[in-house]
Amino acid sequence: MTGAASTNDVHSVRLKATDLRRMVSEHPLIPLIGLLVVLVIAIEIAQPGIVGPGWAGVILRTAVPLAILAGCQTLTMLTGGIDLSVGAVASMSGFVLATLVNGPGTPAGIVIALAAAALCGLVTGIGVGVFRVHPLIMTLAMSLVVLGLANVWQLQMVQTGSGVPEGLRWLGSGTFLDVVPNSILVFVPVAALILFVLRRTGYGRLLYAIGDNPIASRLAGARAWQVLIVLYVISALLAAIAGFLISGLTNTASVTLADSYVLPSVAAAVIGGTSIMGGRGGYSGTMVGALILTVLTALLSSLGYPEAVRQVLFGAIIVAVAAAYTRVTGET
Amino acid sequence: MSAATAPAEARRAGIADLLGAAMQRNAWILGLLGFLALLLIFTKLIQPSYGVTGVQGLAISVLPLALAAVAQAVVVIAGGIDLSIGSMMALTGVISAALMKGQSEEFGVVVVVGVLLLGLVLGAVNGGLVVFTRVPDIVVTLAMSFVWAGCALLVLARPGGGSATWLKDLVIGSIGSEWIPRAAVALLVVVAAIWIPVRRSSLGLSIYAIGSNRLAAFRSGVPVGRTKVLAYALMGLFAALAGLSVTASTGIGTPVPGPYTLLSVAAVVLGGVSLAGGRGGVFGPIIAVVILQLIRTDMTFLSIDSNLAIVAQGVILIVVVMFGSLTQLRRTRG
Repeated sequence: MTGAASTNDVHSVRLKATDLRRMVSEHPLIPLIGLLVVLVIAIEIAQPGIVGPGWAGVILRTAVPLAILAGCQTLTMLTGGIDLSVGAVASMSGFVLATLVNGPGTPAGIVIALAAAALCGLVTGIGVGVFRVHPLIMTLAMSLVVLGLANVWQLQMVQTGSGVPEGLRWLGSGTFLDVVPNSILVFVPVAALILFVLRRTGYGRLLYAIGDNPIASRLAGARAWQVLIVLYVISALLAAIAGFLISGLTNTASVTLADSYVLPSVAAAVIGGTSIMGGRGGYSGTMVGALILTVLTALLSSLGYPEAVRQVLFGAIIVAVAAAYTRVTGET
Repeated sequence: MSAATAPAEARRAGIADLLGAAMQRNAWILGLLGFLALLLIFTKLIQPSYGVTGVQGLAISVLPLALAAVAQAVVVIAGGIDLSIGSMMALTGVISAALMKGQSEEFGVVVVVGVLLLGLVLGAVNGGLVVFTRVPDIVVTLAMSFVWAGCALLVLARPGGGSATWLKDLVIGSIGSEWIPRAAVALLVVVAAIWIPVRRSSLGLSIYAIGSNRLAAFRSGVPVGRTKVLAYALMGLFAALAGLSVTASTGIGTPVPGPYTLLSVAAVVLGGVSLAGGRGGVFGPIIAVVILQLIRTDMTFLSIDSNLAIVAQGVILIVVVMFGSLTQLRRTRG
């Protein structure tokens, strides 16, 4: 009798585990938003009264560039790649713009910086798509090339001087009514475009297909090299936009400005449920992932830990979240 | 008459075949060595005074990155990748520097042994996490790079510490002829003493097996998880050696990770190790590191802007890898 009851219990527990697994894999956003809420509650407990509209504005403002760069990682990771050149491309674009403000002016500067970024993306895309260089190596080498060329440009432009344009400062660091950051004006169209492309267009489906099964997609007639070239150009353009926002946010322009964003951008995409092996994931999770990382950084600094402890906890939490995600969904 | 010569001819042909096969197998390394020789001649041509001091400096500046590249090569061969090597080097380097400062020479030996064991443990932690959590290697080691770098900052907040004199003597100066730098001897002895026995053991075979085809290795009874942890532990050991070499050559420990992680990935690929795993060795990456450093030196001699030298490094990386994948494409098609 008791034996039967306990089997029943085991059965119901197992059922719950399967339910949880199905729930998480069908709606990956729910546990992520849950984690975000927990972090916000933790920060409120650590510093009572800090959470409010103004605080949310600051967090959003900090999270926007990270979310855009994590978008680059999401798109490239869907095809089984990765883009480690986003930091160099973003810094370069912000810096090129800043040096051109006093000469040709801001609009021309934006066009030139975007063109330079697109050129970097084109070269990366040709390397990855046509010559089949491993994306990790190709983007790593590209970031060396971009950094070196940006340094050369810096020496050329030393006389002209540089400055972050007023409009960019407004866009990057200003907030509307102290709550809504102005960078939302850039972020909402960018995010909407990424979501639309991934969910509703044939190009988005091609990205998933190439990452999921390259051989099957080739047999089905997909021209992977064309898709990849376009992909890395898009990724570089997104990185450039993020670079503009970062230089507006920090009111500085340097050739290594966005370097510290590279690893967190990969982490945000991974936490958001995009598989680094390709074919699985999406941008909605990535956005929440970027928010989680930003709130986590804020929490760790509000707890008053020294930088060293913050880094250790940051890394440990990323491993823990990624591990929990893999465990629950049963993906490998 | 002909009956007597036939076996001899056959044997000669066999030897030629074996030699040919060996050359084909090591074609990449032979190519790298040829390129290195050309580069040395070129260096001597543009800078006739390049000699003993140049070779000495080259060996010392190459040592940490060469050890880091060997560490990376071991995990890449096992089908993984480790993005926390730079942080591990920082951690092991500062621990050794902090403990050795102002202590006796004998205590230095204890510290070195302890730090090497610590390297094994750090590597095993990375590998254990990869195997246990089933999260991709690149994600786990990326996150762990924050952890190890944070730990390094906890040990020493700013560069400091010291090094035992015998440790410095191990890498600085020359041995026998002044043309043989101690750093180069130390590098080759350490790598050969650790890697060759491992390569010849069943562990080495298992490492190559899980890297080249995980499922096939599992089905033939290779303990996949254990082998991977051991490969990461071996990586940690080499990373600790690299960290010690930084302490030994600079005399202090620096808590901020250098550019070693990404450069080690680049060197591994240039050295003929496939990022897909299961192919290559540890000596190719070492030659690749020497080539990269020598190119940088040459650019200084030619008084080329050091920023363009960075560009050149990136371009070389792209071109060499493109060349490699093109030859591979042709081989698979033909």
